[in-house]
Amino acid sequence: MATISHTAPASFAEAAELLAGASADGRTVRFRGAGTKLDWGRPTEPAAIELRTGALAEILEHNAGDHTAVLQAGVPLAEAQRAFARAGQRVALDPPLGLDGAATIGGIVATADSGPLRHRFGAPRDLVLGVTVALSDGTLAKAGSKVIKNVAGYDLAKLFAGAFGTLGLILSVSVRLHPLPEAGTTALGATADPDVLAAAAVALSAAPLEFEALDVAWHRGRGGLLARCAGPEHARRGRRAAQRLAELELVDVDTTEDDEALWERQRAGQRSQDGAVVRIAHRPSDLAAVLRATDVAGGTLVGRAALGTSYVELPPNSVAGLRRAAAPGRTVLLDAPAALRAEVGPWDTPEAPALALMRSVKRRFDPTATCNPGLFVSGI
Amino acid sequence: MGSSPPELIARLAAICGREHVLTHEHALATYRSDGLLHYRQTPLAAVLPGSGEQVAAVVRACYEAEVPWVARGAGTGLSGGALPHHEGVLIVLSRLRRIVAIELEDGVVVVEPGVTNLAVSRAVAPSHFYPPDPSSQIVCSIGGNVAENSGGAHCFKYGFTTNYVIGLELVLSDGSVVELHRDDPGYDLLGAFVGSEGTLGVATKIWLRVVPAPESTRTLVAFFQDTGAAGDAVSGIVEAGLVPGAIEMMDRLSIEAAEQATGAGYRRDAGAALLVELDGPHEECLSGLEQIMELCRGAGALDVRVAQDEQERELMWRTRKAAFAAMGRIAPAYYVQDGVIPRTRLAEVLREIDRLAAEHELRVANVFHAGDGNLHPLVCYDSRREGEAKRAEELSGLIMRACVEAGGSITGEHGVGVDKKAYMPSMFSEPDLEAFQRLRCAFDPHGLANPGKVMPTPRLCGEVPGPYREHPLERAGIAERF
Repeated sequence: MATISHTAPASFAEAAELLAGASADGRTVRFRGAGTKLDWGRPTEPAAIELRTGALAEILEHNAGDHTAVLQAGVPLAEAQRAFARAGQRVALDPPLGLDGAATIGGIVATADSGPLRHRFGAPRDLVLGVTVALSDGTLAKAGSKVIKNVAGYDLAKLFAGAFGTLGLILSVSVRLHPLPEAGTTALGATADPDVLAAAAVALSAAPLEFEALDVAWHRGRGGLLARCAGPEHARRGRRAAQRLAELELVDVDTTEDDEALWERQRAGQRSQDGAVVRIAHRPSDLAAVLRATDVAGGTLVGRAALGTSYVELPPNSVAGLRRAAAPGRTVLLDAPAALRAEVGPWDTPEAPALALMRSVKRRFDPTATCNPGLFVSGI
Repeated sequence: MGSSPPELIARLAAICGREHVLTHEHALATYRSDGLLHYRQTPLAAVLPGSGEQVAAVVRACYEAEVPWVARGAGTGLSGGALPHHEGVLIVLSRLRRIVAIELEDGVVVVEPGVTNLAVSRAVAPSHFYPPDPSSQIVCSIGGNVAENSGGAHCFKYGFTTNYVIGLELVLSDGSVVELHRDDPGYDLLGAFVGSEGTLGVATKIWLRVVPAPESTRTLVAFFQDTGAAGDAVSGIVEAGLVPGAIEMMDRLSIEAAEQATGAGYRRDAGAALLVELDGPHEECLSGLEQIMELCRGAGALDVRVAQDEQERELMWRTRKAAFAAMGRIAPAYYVQDGVIPRTRLAEVLREIDRLAAEHELRVANVFHAGDGNLHPLVCYDSRREGEAKRAEELSGLIMRACVEAGGSITGEHGVGVDKKAYMPSMFSEPDLEAFQRLRCAFDPHGLANPGKVMPTPRLCGEVPGPYREHPLERAGIAERF
């Protein structure tokens, strides 16, 4: 069955009505932002309706003095960042933005995608203060708030962040903003020894230098650490970080303020045009084993050293081996040929009690299984 | 229908030991209230399980007897969230106080729910610390912090409990046990659970992230003519892109009360005091401190004092932390409010609070986390004077509404509990509340976990309408598993 219709509702009410109508008629709906991550998740039959958020692309509020903003789901993150930058601010999210830098805030939140800034500022769940959603019975509901501190009501924003649209459609999010540092310094050092790199990563994770990002990069038996200091006194802190890297036996230690390309490469390493990308969640102290497994798989790794989040780009036929080697670390197959995603499933299967709870959540929010059916974990 | 109360109590005694099941009126007296003393309720029984397995068995017994239950940590909550249910069992977690593991290489600590907040920081000192620090941190428990998504003075920079909980072992309302971790596949049920005020289940083991301790800490107090000028200083600091660990404000009345209690040397002639703490790398702290002193002077500070050593720093903080308790010196009773406003509306909302206080012929002291706009107005009253308690309650409600109308929230860190549930509709529409209820029903379809809290009116779950249409892939997923 091919997708029957495309639609781009221009208001929240229109989106909610559309979902209610589809649900009543037993038609399924697939949500789409800029389409930069459409291939993530389980391959599914085409939905009856493709609902695009392109006409919901307004920055509804930017409260510069309060460091908050409210964005409709279809706002491209890059566009929001340009607006915030004019006030010396940013939303501290820097996932790869896909072709043309088009990724939308709605898609980023729905897939919980993040980049190097996750080290200091967390994932979308940590920056989203509130959410407005449409559910498949036509309900328009909001949760959370527009202030940076709030505990009233359940935190549905976290539930919808990373739910891949399977609970309902995110229409808008309110986010916390942070100061945009004018400049930064990146300290970097290299090594060919996975144990040296892993030990340095652990040591720098515990250093009181308040890095805004602390990344690892590894390719064919060689790699390094990148530590970015931004804001006040960044150059001095960067030099201290470099000194620490040298003490930890890294070589070619250097600092640079001209570091944009370095970090762009880290972000780009999280995606692949024609290969596959596996995200591994591991103990930070298990990094050496992950680096060795990456070499065996013929892969290239970028990741968050202190968080134990690594992205490995590799040939599709090495995916199964890497996932086995990464256990008990959790793995997710992100970019990959559809056949492979269908065959092995993008996610590990949750433990039975957790999966039962997830199905229960899905049934309560989307009882007709209208929203992105089959796409998510274990076919939810 | 489930078993009778005596049968249930016998079963609880078999699970936890007779000495850990309290049923006598006077033995239960301790447990009738949490930190919000004007709500009191005697439960059917209080049980003190000694392990996570016992908690699960107790919850299972309640489920089979169709008896509701409420989990309680240290009982320091300020919204009546741990108020017992009169026909229910109170599950007291104070015996579960083991620190299970400390894994500093991974920045992780694993604890049982009865461990106190401060014990976590102590266990990982001096290299690391656990940032969320509610004022009650010496006694409040991590389990309670998870239930309430507790904040504290340092959350403007460091965030809240929810940003630090990376794993939970939970007992659900049917007694089943589920483990959730940050990077597990599927929905972020961990994020949904933190802050759910004991209504989705009870945590029996908690994995926490800890962070490197700051290299340097600098603390200052600046005194101003009034809260408006102090508010200008806060705006100046935040707009300069500085992110202090804490920015706390006290108004004239709270300075007066706290000074009476501590004699720490805060200026009594000032209309507002601003306590600012910077922490981080040496270089950043030093340059930031200079900048903040300048900004305070620019906003008209009467006086700026920088703590010269740890002793002076502690004295500055003692006054701030004494503010709540010290209110007893100027009023026999008070209501604590916990509203949040967008920081830029501060001056306007404080004026409105003053106006409302005058109208109700009551005094309101303001102590608050200025960086994140979390107000703690203390509405002072004397219940011996006729009608005053009622006026104070009314005033508290109006203050909450003023916060919501300014674009804020009825609660920033204390939770809704029983105390603020009637005000939920001022912030959330009926469809919003229905959406909350969906989550609650997904976890606890029989409504046994902490019923009567958070939601403004009692609601039942009911069945999911219509048959759930399982996707073929989902069916395939099941087939794979079994």
